[in-house]
Amino acid sequence: MTELNKLTIADARDGMRKGDFTSSEITEACLTEIDGAGALNAFVHGTADIAREQATAADARIKAGDAPDMCGIPLGIKDLFCTKGVPSQAASRILEGFKPEYESTITSQLFDAGSVMLGKLNMDEFAMGSSNETSVYGDVVNPWRREGSDAKITPGGSSGGSASAVAADLCLAATGTDTGGSIRQPAAFTGITGIKPTYGRCSRWGVVAFASSLDQAGPMTKTVRDSAIMLQAMSGHDAKDSTSADLAVPDFEAALTGDIRGKKIGIPKEYHMDGMPAEIEALWANGREMLKDAGAEIVDISLPHTKYALPAYYVIAPAEASSNLARYDGVRYGHRATLGAGDAIDDMYEKTRAEGFGAEVQRRVMVGTYVLSAGFYDAYYNRARRVRTLIKQDFENVFNAGVDAILTPATPSSAFGLGEMKNADPVQMYLNDVFTVTVNMAGLPGVAVPAGLDSQGLPLGLQLIGRPWEEGDLLNHAYVLEKAAGFVSKPGKWW
Amino acid sequence: MSIDKDTAARVAKLARIKVEDDALPALAQEFNAILGFIEELNEVDVEGVEPMTSVTPQRLKRRVDGVTDGNQQEAVLKNAPDAREGFFAVPKVVE
Repeated sequence: MTELNKLTIADARDGMRKGDFTSSEITEACLTEIDGAGALNAFVHGTADIAREQATAADARIKAGDAPDMCGIPLGIKDLFCTKGVPSQAASRILEGFKPEYESTITSQLFDAGSVMLGKLNMDEFAMGSSNETSVYGDVVNPWRREGSDAKITPGGSSGGSASAVAADLCLAATGTDTGGSIRQPAAFTGITGIKPTYGRCSRWGVVAFASSLDQAGPMTKTVRDSAIMLQAMSGHDAKDSTSADLAVPDFEAALTGDIRGKKIGIPKEYHMDGMPAEIEALWANGREMLKDAGAEIVDISLPHTKYALPAYYVIAPAEASSNLARYDGVRYGHRATLGAGDAIDDMYEKTRAEGFGAEVQRRVMVGTYVLSAGFYDAYYNRARRVRTLIKQDFENVFNAGVDAILTPATPSSAFGLGEMKNADPVQMYLNDVFTVTVNMAGLPGVAVPAGLDSQGLPLGLQLIGRPWEEGDLLNHAYVLEKAAGFVSKPGKWW
Repeated sequence: MSIDKDTAARVAKLARIKVEDDALPALAQEFNAILGFIEELNEVDVEGVEPMTSVTPQRLKRRVDGVTDGNQQEAVLKNAPDAREGFFAVPKVVE
């Protein structure tokens, strides 16, 4: 038998329907792989019993016919998603022991479609990080290594566990979330595909909130087709999330025609950053050629406020985080500090939050508190929101000029070594998101597609940015790029 | 704008995060690095630009203001670090 854990969603779906193998068999193959992959630290809470039960039910459903596409597909679920009765900690100490009494809308939809949950996946604490080094569970390790080196490499963040698990074939696909690049950057670092849909496409209900105006969930998969299939199942209006869009969800897989003739692809000049490695420039140039060869028209465009997206993000995201994370007070759920005699309620809050939040989360909550505090609200927060309006207008202008999609590098470098950035100032780490964060600021869909290897043998990704609500068209562009790039490399198994 | 130790202490207090005195200078320094980066926003001409309130141009949906859920005391208290007699328990708030 082929190694079933290595299947794509599409092949698993088709094979299960033909009776070539069952969901239970694929699920067992994945559980065995997960057991052997402790060194990657991707899965942090196993749910083997739930998985086996769901797989059995899925097999019955497939046998009866008329099962949805995601039926029987074993998935990893990012720890940010609340899953009923299963630890959901957002990789934070402050949610230690928390077992939600409810199920997030997205996981409900996936389970209703018959998908199988293998376990919860490691991530940066509260999704704040770009290297998966802020997790209470410890660092996630990228299955990829530099050629001739056994140094541990970051899978990126914050959806590092999801990326590592999919790249290492521990699951067929995984859920991720993306506030500033947390799906696309780790996807690029691990040679997989990940899409952040338009803001409002997927419900945020039951997903632990980081920055509510920026957070969106999306799939992390082995292929573009798999992203289309899984996104379909994750999308849709939810009355429990007032920002979720009441729009019909088109058939994303049907949009993958492979035909982009006559489409206009914008190349933003502001994404040529000083000091960007020549390899990234070359990759980007190759991407342009591939889309041109497929019949698209390549046009130079300008997104003049690009440079300000990251600083504006580092006002808005911490501001929203300081507000969202105020709920972790040691009263209703999670960790509460041991109190001394005479400690009052403020001591309880302060000690609980000091013990429960890691350094990066504390830093961002405090930065957010500062920019929202009396006297600074206008200077920082309102100014950042004005800049955000301008960033969105930049995109609207190019789309109004007829551009169908925008091509950029996904990240300014390939994956770096774990620990290599430990002594860098926080801003250096933030620069990882320089190409992805604009998309969150403008609420647009963006997809990262693996497009090549660098000289060290590490994967590199390209990003395509689409018009709002046009994920199907965007994925079709990604599909063309995927076929042209022909990226088939996999990490050699060392774990 | 430079953040000193006292400002760092005030922000920590506002955020309800206990920071020991000896950790304040390093924290102030980190704030300054981040705020220095944010200062770049001052280069942008934002005159007459509306601050963004919603990234997608949709009106928030209205719904009937009715009860849709309830009678879940047990579930609500299930994860509480200290729940007694159907309530969340906290240290004494008033003397």
